[in-house]
Amino acid sequence: MYAVRLWSVRHARGLNAFYRGFEACLVALHPLFRLIGYRRLERPVAALERQVKGLLFDCRMCGQCILSSTGMSCPMNCPKNLRNGPCGGVRADGTCEVLPQMRCVWREAMEGAKRIPGGTVALAALQPPVDRRLQGRSSWLRVVRERRGEAA
Amino acid sequence: MIFEDEPVPGYPLPILPGHTSPGRFERVLRAGQFAVTAELAPPDSADPDEVYRRARIFDGHVDAINATDGSGANCHMSSLAVCALLTRVGYAPVMQISCRDKNRIAIQGDILGGAAMGVCNMLCLTGDGVQAGDHPQALPVFDLDSISLLQTARTLRDQQHFLSGRKLSFAPRVLLGAAANPFAPPLEFRAQRLAKKVAAGAQFIQTQFCYDVPLLRAWLDQLEALDLLDRVFVLVGVGPLRSAKAAEWIRGHVPGVHIPDAVIRRLAGASDQAQEGRRLCIELVQEIRTLRGVHGVHLMAYRQEESVAEIIERSGVLQGRIPWHPGRDQPTNQTKVAS
Repeated sequence: MYAVRLWSVRHARGLNAFYRGFEACLVALHPLFRLIGYRRLERPVAALERQVKGLLFDCRMCGQCILSSTGMSCPMNCPKNLRNGPCGGVRADGTCEVLPQMRCVWREAMEGAKRIPGGTVALAALQPPVDRRLQGRSSWLRVVRERRGEAA
Repeated sequence: MIFEDEPVPGYPLPILPGHTSPGRFERVLRAGQFAVTAELAPPDSADPDEVYRRARIFDGHVDAINATDGSGANCHMSSLAVCALLTRVGYAPVMQISCRDKNRIAIQGDILGGAAMGVCNMLCLTGDGVQAGDHPQALPVFDLDSISLLQTARTLRDQQHFLSGRKLSFAPRVLLGAAANPFAPPLEFRAQRLAKKVAAGAQFIQTQFCYDVPLLRAWLDQLEALDLLDRVFVLVGVGPLRSAKAAEWIRGHVPGVHIPDAVIRRLAGASDQAQEGRRLCIELVQEIRTLRGVHGVHLMAYRQEESVAEIIERSGVLQGRIPWHPGRDQPTNQTKVAS
């Protein structure tokens, strides 16, 4: 929902802090996840992730979440899927070239990034091309396995 | 300037030390000359002569010719094909690559193909949204963005492999460029975005139309603060406005073009608006030329291509230099007889 999405950017600091704690819990649960089996968990966790992040960020389930690097403004909501910053088409009033009723997601990202400690530094990181195979899969489970040194 | 080894159409130049391409455009830039590029609008046609006619207009006034890739999301002859035609007769094209219409498989193939046909300069763009053009029903691809496209092209050139890791037997030797729009919000992010493009491999920059020199200056100051000025060649985009009405239309309909009210008022007050538009463009070129960190201008004179020669001539930016064009160095019949 668009209004919630804007709320999330305004509360980027709190959401980012919450996510840090949440991620630490997930990483700690890795042995349990292994016991149950990541393949078995994939569908229910992805469904939950879709609901939660869909509500908060209009998440598109790209499966390789970079919200912490983009001020809690999801770059996949950019009609051009830009993950490295705004295009040159942003209108003078700061709205999107393609969807004039929407504020540029990168303008939002800048605002959000200023609220997150180290957020503007993260904004400068080069993002690699999107792996389209991960579309629809859980980013949370992927992060846990990466942190634990497993191939996701 | 004349190089002793000027190109024989169809054959590459030797690569000079420190250069990444065998192209003339890179030589002009690295020699510290003020470079001029111009945009060629690819024809709605399958006739190669139309491409050559459009290129000849610039003869003697530009160092490289940009071939647009479906600019404004409108369908035209492909940039790859225009470039291949241009290199056949020795021109130095800048092949524009947009992420809108092709995925990474097609784009990597085009980079190899373009380089194989003698293209030495490639401009990596995100591209306009499909809603802006004549096929709004089309699928917008955007598999890569301009920055991951730059990374991809640099991987092909410097790592000599595809994104998949599969080896190339011969890497494309190209100068990589990117676009910048110093005039669109969020202004404070624009220099940082350029820094990302340079980090991703951009060696030269062609900007969006500049009608607002104070904003350009502010952007250049930001680049200087980020220590970017000596790490990338900046060519500022300019173009003549035909009339106040045309300027209003462009401002309202072409994504990312910023035209201050003062410019429109000046045009509206002129008796010959088209001539005033050219005069304004000449003044802009002359002013831009004096700015630190600017290495050239990029002329976009859509449907007024014939005015490029006049603008370059009257602004005096080439300082008597005649850029190479087919036939430049061939002795005329008269001199042949005399010798």
